[in-house]
Amino acid sequence: MTGLLVAQIVLTLFVFFMLLNSAAVMVYVERKVAAMIQQRLGPYLVGPKGLLQPLADIVKLMFKEELRPGAADAFLFALAPIISAACAFAAFAVVPFGAETTLFGLLDEPLRLQVADVNVAVLVVFAVASMSVYGIVLAGWSSNSKYSLLGGLRSSAQMISYELSYGLALASVLLLGQSLSLTDIVNAQAGAWWGVLPRWFIFLQPIGFLIYLTAGVAETNRAPFDFPEAEQELVAGYHTEYSSMSFAMFFLAEYVNMVTVSAVATDLFLGGWHGPLLPESLGWIWFLIKVGAILFFYVWMRWTLPRYRYDQLMKFGWKVLLPVAVVNLLVTAAGVLYFGA
Amino acid sequence: MVSFYLFGAIAVLASLLVIGQRNPIYSVLLLIASFGALSGLYVLLQAPFVAVIQIIVYAGAIMVLFLFVVMLLNAPREATEYDERVHPLLRPGPMRFGAVLAVTLIVELWWALTKGRETGEFAAARVDSVGALGRLLFTDYSFPFEVTSVLILVAMVGAVVLARRERS
Repeated sequence: MTGLLVAQIVLTLFVFFMLLNSAAVMVYVERKVAAMIQQRLGPYLVGPKGLLQPLADIVKLMFKEELRPGAADAFLFALAPIISAACAFAAFAVVPFGAETTLFGLLDEPLRLQVADVNVAVLVVFAVASMSVYGIVLAGWSSNSKYSLLGGLRSSAQMISYELSYGLALASVLLLGQSLSLTDIVNAQAGAWWGVLPRWFIFLQPIGFLIYLTAGVAETNRAPFDFPEAEQELVAGYHTEYSSMSFAMFFLAEYVNMVTVSAVATDLFLGGWHGPLLPESLGWIWFLIKVGAILFFYVWMRWTLPRYRYDQLMKFGWKVLLPVAVVNLLVTAAGVLYFGA
Repeated sequence: MVSFYLFGAIAVLASLLVIGQRNPIYSVLLLIASFGALSGLYVLLQAPFVAVIQIIVYAGAIMVLFLFVVMLLNAPREATEYDERVHPLLRPGPMRFGAVLAVTLIVELWWALTKGRETGEFAAARVDSVGALGRLLFTDYSFPFEVTSVLILVAMVGAVVLARRERS
């Protein structure tokens, strides 16, 4: 029992550490891929092939001066980046990323590769996503600058609009999985149809997957939906007035949010840690590959698609994405009722 | 039991501070804190689904709209048009009505806490699973459920009528 407890604590710290690392890795990948797409070299001076560039960035951010506008609300100005970063990490707590393991016989009881096994995990992810908007809104308001305020307002409008489609896409998967637990949903996707096609929900829910990805991009404020920080109009949006480590926290939150959205997409639609060839105990390798593929898609999209106009974003969210998500949910419900889960 | 008193204390304290703030933004944030503590109480009652829904609907959706409106109105301080030294019951119209409501609420709360007793009526119907909750809501409690939705619809129609500009 104590062995399991220690393993659980170590696992929690490990996940935290890896999420921090993932942000650093993503910064490097983002810059390198951007350079490839734009036929540049990208970072190449710091370390071999520029691999130490993220470390240099972190050191630079740490030694910058912490600035705060004189008219800002001091308490909320300090609180906002903390809310953003905390929400980003909190959501990953309920994401399972591998089958149960005894660590090659080290433990008596199997350990779940998941920080907390909550039986309403999907809703927890959704709840944390809906709380993360506060970080951005408060940052915008407390900075007492017009660019920040506009960025914060845009962000809240955007997140509220796309949360509906996001929730409906989740609901259609819940109908298929017949459970609110992510572990159960992943386990429902084990095996293959006719021995070839994996039983992933993406094949039953292709439209749901597209809706989830689109809404996920909007939720994480990434291009082509990066209105809260549209440089040409808002300088840097909600974090215009932030510098040094408090800016780094927003930066970190954005990348960790991307990882979380990709990990949840993997669990919901791509069968989590299930995959051919590898044994169940090494399933986390499949998980990493799938998450990596979605993250690459994110970066790829950012450097391929230009930003939408704000009214186009709202029109798309309410008049296209939401109706499609509702119809998708109804068709899924009818299908589940007719064919059984 | 410790966590019950902890969450209870946070909920009560945050709710009291909500009405004690001059800055509406802080009021909204304290209300969110109060909802969070309430959600913790639901978890202690073995109802994780209700707890998460509390966060999603109230803290996540409704309070964002509150914050949105407060930020758009940009009213950092509440303007007081009356003399603050006057007793609330002696202030003009709506404020006197509010004070009467507050007194009524205190009397009701006192009555409920002293004269009320636990009936154990709801203990039998466990609502820990989502399916059970949905079934209860749409069968045994479908009438209150529908009445509540009509009530919200009425409020929405009222808001639209009030906000609409008269066409001359």
